[in-house]
Amino acid sequence: MADLYISEETADDIEMAAVDAVLDGRFVVVRESERLIRAGTSARHGHRHLLLPALHALQNAKGWISPGGLNYVCETLQVPPAEAYGVATFYDLFRVEEPMQFGDVTHVCVDAACQIAGAADRIAELKAQGLNVHESPCLGQCERANDVTGEVAVFVQSVGGPDSVAADDTPYELFHQKGDESLRLLKRIGVVDPTSLDSYLAHCGYESLTAAIEMGAEAVCTAVADSGLSGRGGAAFPTGIKWRAVAAEQGCPKHVVANCDESEPGTFKDRVVMENDPFAVIEALTIAGFATGAENGWIYIRGEYPLATARLQNAIDQALDAGLLGDDAAGSGHRFHIEIRRGAGAYICGEETALFASLEGFRGEPRSKPPFPTTHGLFQEPTAINNPETLLNVLDIVQIGADGYRSRGSERSPGTKLLCLSGRVAKPGVYEVEFGTTLGEVLELAGGLTGSGELNAVLMGGAAGSFVDRRYLDMPITLEDARERGTTLGSGVVMAFTDEIDLVDVLVRISQFFSDESCGQCVPCRVGCVRQNETMVVLQEKGSLTSERRQLVNDIAQVMVDASICGFGHTATNAINSAIKLGLVPGVPS
Amino acid sequence: MTDDPTSVVTVSLTIDGQAVEVPEGTSIHKACKSAGIDTPTLCWAENLTPVNVCRVCVVEVEGQRALVPSCARPAEEGMVVETDSERVKHSRKMVLEFLGSGVDLDQAPELQKWMDHYGSDTSRYDQYELPALRMGETPKIQDNLYIRDYDRCVLCYKCVEACGDDAQHTYAIAVSGRGFDARISTEFDVTLPDSACVYCGNCIGVCPTGAIQFKTEYDLRQEDDWRPEDQDVTRTVCSYCGVGCNLELHTQDDKIVKVTSPADHSVTSGMLCIKGRFGWQYVQPVDAPTRKA
Ligand SMILES: Cc1cc2nc3c(=O)[nH]c(=O)nc-3n(C[C@H](O)[C@H](O)[C@H](O)COP(=O)(O)O)c2cc1C
Ligand code: SF4
Ligand code: SF4
Ligand code: SF4
Ligand code: FES
Ligand code: FES
Repeated sequence: MADLYISEETADDIEMAAVDAVLDGRFVVVRESERLIRAGTSARHGHRHLLLPALHALQNAKGWISPGGLNYVCETLQVPPAEAYGVATFYDLFRVEEPMQFGDVTHVCVDAACQIAGAADRIAELKAQGLNVHESPCLGQCERANDVTGEVAVFVQSVGGPDSVAADDTPYELFHQKGDESLRLLKRIGVVDPTSLDSYLAHCGYESLTAAIEMGAEAVCTAVADSGLSGRGGAAFPTGIKWRAVAAEQGCPKHVVANCDESEPGTFKDRVVMENDPFAVIEALTIAGFATGAENGWIYIRGEYPLATARLQNAIDQALDAGLLGDDAAGSGHRFHIEIRRGAGAYICGEETALFASLEGFRGEPRSKPPFPTTHGLFQEPTAINNPETLLNVLDIVQIGADGYRSRGSERSPGTKLLCLSGRVAKPGVYEVEFGTTLGEVLELAGGLTGSGELNAVLMGGAAGSFVDRRYLDMPITLEDARERGTTLGSGVVMAFTDEIDLVDVLVRISQFFSDESCGQCVPCRVGCVRQNETMVVLQEKGSLTSERRQLVNDIAQVMVDASICGFGHTATNAINSAIKLGLVPGVPS
Repeated sequence: MTDDPTSVVTVSLTIDGQAVEVPEGTSIHKACKSAGIDTPTLCWAENLTPVNVCRVCVVEVEGQRALVPSCARPAEEGMVVETDSERVKHSRKMVLEFLGSGVDLDQAPELQKWMDHYGSDTSRYDQYELPALRMGETPKIQDNLYIRDYDRCVLCYKCVEACGDDAQHTYAIAVSGRGFDARISTEFDVTLPDSACVYCGNCIGVCPTGAIQFKTEYDLRQEDDWRPEDQDVTRTVCSYCGVGCNLELHTQDDKIVKVTSPADHSVTSGMLCIKGRFGWQYVQPVDAPTRKA
């Protein structure tokens, strides 16, 4: 493999310096220092996980990935150029053609919350100002979408400098439960200084890690299992079972991963936590490492979250300096380091096995399960992967015990849940509610509806979730009630639509989202998403569907649910089919 | 329990109501075969690692929510498998229909046969002014050895595997892009002579749809003169070196029109190098490609 064929194009000094800076830096902490890197295949695999950071460096240096720049990365990391090109072209934030317009790219969200707040008009305005505008899927800032002011979510991808989001220089004011005594997960939001370890310590920070170390790893796993905590990333898998499985694996490196890819349209809870209470995520991930016996912690965060990334990196640096991470993390005798990896614009990389592939430097294509991550996860090694909200719950569980934790919520859905309220509600934002609160109460909490219309539909759980209508206002927000009534809590999205909004436009956009974001690996989803989108476009144009097309909608959904590889294909038809079933789509018989 | 180290552990399962016993580790697909049940496959091949992406081989396994790819999933003790349930038939029909709606399957008779079997109707997607999105590629003809016509590509990953880890270790081609825009490509889509390609032609050998084919075959097809029924296949041994690769020379009108190697041959597993695949210029001269200086 030493004889990779690399063409003659060479990198310029700027590109080389950018790549070198990444490869020499802190990124190698977890993998390289411990691994015997030999020549050939193992060397390639040993370095390959640096491909994504290297591509980011090239993109940022020049605004695109040039053939010479790619060659330099390929030569350094011993990655075949065709494969590296395949990786680069997988992500929205990378360009492989020299841009017509040099400089910043302004990504403007066109997904539902922003769509109904007037994204199209905003884009026209920004373009008129001469900006290089790129239409983006949900940017995880849905609480900023405001149909009165016309504000929508924006992310600026920079050349030469740091990327930025609107909030980078304004204090966060869209949290409406600040100071509420009953909060468990969000108690520090808006109260703690997110850039200071001292401030975090002054607000009970690291008391949970101390408690966990006192309890011992096994007792932590037991408490998590007994608490009934289930995953908040969408699949609601019991966290205790996952942790115990990883803890039981012996004799090889193990990993814990915080899945901070948060790209489900309508979801922004993880961002709010990471931006405003980053030390909590670091502390919780450290407990996960301690409990499962994993030495390697990873944070995979979506590329469009520059502020959260900076705050987390700052938190890691301060924790490391204070000995709360490192070779003897917090005096536990356990070695634990955390590395951050930035995604580059690909919703599918939130799927756990796609995330591993992406982090390892491959295309973010999901892998077949079984085998499961607990035995064959990151680098094919045992891995516990969790959503940051799931991890936050553990901070409380180790302090108040499983029984204390269960004192709130329902028997099968203990604890509290973060919900992302957006759409036509008066006070969009993240809310922490006790499981069992009804949907109607949740909408009231967010100030009720805005605009003059009546409630028509609520999108639950995001684009991969499903629509419900007014009849669901009495539904308690619990896993079991959602399941029983044929909907889902998913990632906690609650997006309200009034009857002034044309739902068909929203469905067209949702189907477009899935066409754009499918990894393309399996036929049912690669083609099915496109055909579903075409059907929705026909519906939009004609106002109704013929019975043949109506049949197609069902046929497409069934093969995607039955035969797709991953959860993306399994859920990509849910929103549309739920809307049709509820009779919310004029022109399409339910 | 037996002490005989050569004894094979077997598993028993039920396929379409029939009891089947196969060695442990056997795929469901092979177990079906041993029970006389034919299963369509597309991305699977005997000589390649299963990628299980096409999903045309799915079967229903009792207790599993989704259908499972039979090519990659090992048979397990006590499994109850259905290969002809409504769900299986629907998925196979739709997968084939989806493929046929986006790419040209004219040169994939095996797939055509299964499409007829399951009643796939690709015209369903084109019934309005809005034509169904297709691959929309034109043939890449960059030298005289082989052509790539990605309008026929079903993205089965076979060529990528053959070029990479499963045989050639050249990594000249990979999947680029995402979703429906995914394409098999060299870096920056450079021409093959400018890529790492060593012209082993192993990608041609594994391609199930004719998306990659000998230039000789392509030219004859263009002239409407490709006549498989008039072709002879002569098995011989490559004369270049001592490895002993078996060649199958396909001749039409006494001219070599393509060269393959049997996938089950113990030396080649169907893979060849440029010499065996294309080195017949001493019989019939062709212009060899050259790399950009
Ligand atoms: C298409 C797709 C996207 C996903 N995106 C995310 C995500 O952004 N964040 C997340 O935590 N989980 C996401 N998941 C779920 C993960 O695969 C995984 O179940 C989760 O990270 C496990 O953590 P948990 O048990 O704490 O929920 C996604 C799943 C699918 C199928
Ligand atoms: S279901 Fe979609 S996203 Fe998942 S593997 Fe298949 S093509 Fe990729
Ligand atoms: S001819 Fe050989 S080296 Fe060239 S692309 Fe095909 S498999 Fe790869
Ligand atoms: S070119 Fe042929 S072998 Fe390669 S992915 Fe396409 S159909 Fe498969
Ligand atoms: S940021 Fe626009 S919908 Fe989420
Ligand atoms: S043949 Fe089994 S998934 Fe393609």
